[in-house]
Amino acid sequence: MTKKHADAIVVGAGWAGSILAKELTEAGLSVIMLERGSERTTAVEGAYPDSIDELRGAIRKRLFQNLSQTTVTVRNTIEQTALPYRQLAAFLPGEGVGGAGLHWSGVHFRVSPEDLRLRSSVVERYGEKFIPEGMNLQDYGVTYAELEPFFDKAEKVFGTSGEAYRVNGKIVGNGNIFDGDRSDNFPLPVMKDTFTASTFRAAATEAGYHPYSLPAANASSQYTNPYGCQMGPCNFCGYCSGYDCYLYSKASPNVNILPALRQDPGFTLISDAHVLRVDLDDTRSKATGVTYLETKTQKEVSLSADLVILSAFQFHNVHLMLLSGIGKPYDPISNTGTTGRNFVYQTITSSRVWLPPSKYTNQFIGAGGVGVAIDDFNSMNFDHGPLGFVGGSPVWVNQAGVKPIAAAIGTGGGGTPRWGSAYKGALIDTYKHSIGIDAHGSNMAYRDVYLDLDPTWKDAYGQPLLRMTFTWKDNDIRMNQYVVSKIEPIAKAMGATKANLVHLNAGQPFDTRHYQTTHLGGGAVMGTDPKTSALNRYLQSWDVSNVFVIGSNAFPQGMGYNPTGMVAALAYWAAYHIRTTYLKSPGPLVQA
Amino acid sequence: MKIFPFLAFAGGIFALSHHTASANDDKTALIEEGRYLAAASDCAACHSIKNKPEYSGGVSFTLPVGTIHSTNITPDMEHGIGKYTEAEFGRALREGIRRDGSTLYPAMPYPSYARLTDHDVHALYTYFHEGVSAAAIPTPENGVRWPFSMRWPLMFWRWAFSPAPAKAQEKTLHEFADAQMARGAYLVEGPAHCGACHSPRGLAMQEKALTASDGTSYLAGGAMIDGWIPTSLRQENRTGLGRWSEQDIVDFLKTGRNMQGESFGAMTSAIVHGTQHLTESDLHAMAKYLQALQPFDRNQTNWVYDPTATIALRKADVSARGAKLYVDNCAACHRTDGKGYPAVLPPLAGNPVVMGKDPASLVHVVQTGATLPKTEAAPSAFTMPDFMHRLNDQQVADVVTFIRHAWGNNASAVNAEDVAKLRKDMPPRNMADGEISIN
Repeated sequence: MTKKHADAIVVGAGWAGSILAKELTEAGLSVIMLERGSERTTAVEGAYPDSIDELRGAIRKRLFQNLSQTTVTVRNTIEQTALPYRQLAAFLPGEGVGGAGLHWSGVHFRVSPEDLRLRSSVVERYGEKFIPEGMNLQDYGVTYAELEPFFDKAEKVFGTSGEAYRVNGKIVGNGNIFDGDRSDNFPLPVMKDTFTASTFRAAATEAGYHPYSLPAANASSQYTNPYGCQMGPCNFCGYCSGYDCYLYSKASPNVNILPALRQDPGFTLISDAHVLRVDLDDTRSKATGVTYLETKTQKEVSLSADLVILSAFQFHNVHLMLLSGIGKPYDPISNTGTTGRNFVYQTITSSRVWLPPSKYTNQFIGAGGVGVAIDDFNSMNFDHGPLGFVGGSPVWVNQAGVKPIAAAIGTGGGGTPRWGSAYKGALIDTYKHSIGIDAHGSNMAYRDVYLDLDPTWKDAYGQPLLRMTFTWKDNDIRMNQYVVSKIEPIAKAMGATKANLVHLNAGQPFDTRHYQTTHLGGGAVMGTDPKTSALNRYLQSWDVSNVFVIGSNAFPQGMGYNPTGMVAALAYWAAYHIRTTYLKSPGPLVQA
Repeated sequence: MKIFPFLAFAGGIFALSHHTASANDDKTALIEEGRYLAAASDCAACHSIKNKPEYSGGVSFTLPVGTIHSTNITPDMEHGIGKYTEAEFGRALREGIRRDGSTLYPAMPYPSYARLTDHDVHALYTYFHEGVSAAAIPTPENGVRWPFSMRWPLMFWRWAFSPAPAKAQEKTLHEFADAQMARGAYLVEGPAHCGACHSPRGLAMQEKALTASDGTSYLAGGAMIDGWIPTSLRQENRTGLGRWSEQDIVDFLKTGRNMQGESFGAMTSAIVHGTQHLTESDLHAMAKYLQALQPFDRNQTNWVYDPTATIALRKADVSARGAKLYVDNCAACHRTDGKGYPAVLPPLAGNPVVMGKDPASLVHVVQTGATLPKTEAAPSAFTMPDFMHRLNDQQVADVVTFIRHAWGNNASAVNAEDVAKLRKDMPPRNMADGEISIN
């Protein structure tokens, strides 16, 4: 039987996959994109006003992964036995066309330039001994200047709203003073401040910090992107994260790329196709295609391809590499192997302060990507010397819109009533007069925090589950505590009458039962040394050169910023080098 | 059209030495010209059906007299038009006479096609015989009741209402001295057959006017088709194109959307199969021509935006009939000021469709929703959901009445009985292919 062939197969129909599929079809390749979940359309998932049903949306996790088919197992430490993550809580991987790019909130950062060379930067300033024992601190192997054109391109495709600080060396606006130089302004003007954001902006300025507007892939006006795809403007309804935006104003692969991509005769999208493995030849150094399961018919199908792009969610990419035998699995005991190494997260805590009853913060208003932040305690923007930790954290007011059920669930507990008139009073007070402030920080990589295949648990398709070994480490807990301590004076300057400042505690283990963030990273990281990275600086597998692995799996450590902007830029970066170099002469772009 | 630069290049090199290559090039160019004219004439809207070979017919039309089906116009010898000579093809196209001599149902717009030049008929004939693949698909039997099933009475209709091609061509050709206007007149009155839907019809279902020079009833708005009301394409300020710029008209025909509104209903098919494929210069010619059509209804006061409703809604005053329903169901996209977010989410304030005398289109859009299909130039397809599962007839009547009264709009109120009647005959939300969009 002859297998169906495509020049390139793209696994996963989220941002990374859609960008690579678009770039590769532009280059004239035939591309098949495989998506495990089903088709998703704004006409159905975003049909107003039914789409903003919170119970069906964020509470019952309409757009997220179906854990009854496959999930991960989780443990905190190597000596524990991992158990399956059976209910979505701590992190929420997407499923279906658009992937996490359909349910995300829209915060669209670039990267702090120093974060790309964090190891070098820390060593230059504080010496090698500053790095704690067991921390696998690494550089990305790519510079901000190299990635800049691709950040710019991604912003234009996403229709990102924001205010720049510096364009081509010239200060042009009130943006983030810690940002790298930009080649162009944001394509859309900055979104308006909510009342809480402007309150935070004033207080942070008063405290001597440098507030800036979060770059938002929530369109501040109608927009047509370079692919001809159109967006409507955001009306601050608050139904971003967890929802398909009915106004077509939150950037998603579905709105910003796929309408153009679907018109290309070289492009085929197959949904309900769960990829089981990348097929390798006998040398195990070349991929021959992929095998997937048609989930509706339970039939296995093999496709052949010259090029395979893994662009599923971060840990699904790592899982597929492990299942397929791409690269050597990481072993924390011998500290060898790279697939599964440097699994990272983000260190996020959410605090809340209350203003007097005369100030209405109207928490129901919001937009997922909108807010005001300070970077004074992020990345290498402050002196870590006396503090003794690596990393940092932006602090922000990101009023994304608190929905009614979330407000009700979020009130009470911790010694305060969960029912009765006191509960109701607190609920109303919080909904009308409170402000959420997050410390959304970095998370370093450690020798004993990693991903591998679970020895016991299997998914519905008979394949071993991916196992996460993860917990909070002292370096990141102290970083979080330090940054959260900086919120108090800002809260006072905001006129807060009450504050509930939340930080991690020493020795606190990772708890999967509460939502933290879906910003998982690492596990198949990019770098310059094949001993410590699974991918080279072009996100090409060191071991199987016709496999590129695109996603936050490539981050050597977790950064303080939201990852989507970086993922999109890395996707365009990898695509550029595939188009300009790899396709002309397939093979390793960097000699190991 | 992408083929042309290549042809020019190839022709340049081989023209002198390879006579046959040049002849082939001429043939290819003629086929391409025919393909373009077929798009301009929107043949596919009636003769192509989704998931069947192109132009193999079978599209059904429900008429008061029964159901008729479009025919297979591929070059298939048995089921298609393979046996037609060019003269027979031209006679069918321009005069409505079949190869066997019987008369075509005037659903085929031969009174408009009568204007087609001999050259364009030749190009279309060449395209339909050499540019389209033959498909051996029989045309379904028509279900027309006797006595309407007899075709011979149609002959009288044809004699009475269908112009002689030579006269029709002369008339359209000489309406305007300006070349661009003349081109616009040719396209609108001829191949594009806009009047088939947008002109009012007389007692015998004949178009009351077939050209600009036949009087102001030409393109002054037609009767309901498939549940939709074709608007006036003349210069009425409120219900016609009086406030549309030339570019607005071009954008609408190219992409189905502009700063004034978006396509829905039967027009989406005309855009998807037809007008989006026209060149910029042809679209500008059509727009210029349409802008020259004086209003049929000369008594319309100019529409001016009135902020009263907006101010009331912003003060949370929802006392007006339908105002609260509007805020709860419509305002998220169309805004409390009714201006929408064009060209993504269309405005309701000042929209000619909203102010039409017959509210059927507006009611149907609210009931069934509407999908704006993608075009090559604008790949984003936007869908308005249906509201019938949320709103009863009275509520639809109330919210539609609010929309027809607010922001300077001044159309008549709608009652629940009207809505109930329209509910019985609802068209699909995407008239282009019956499917919702993937976006």
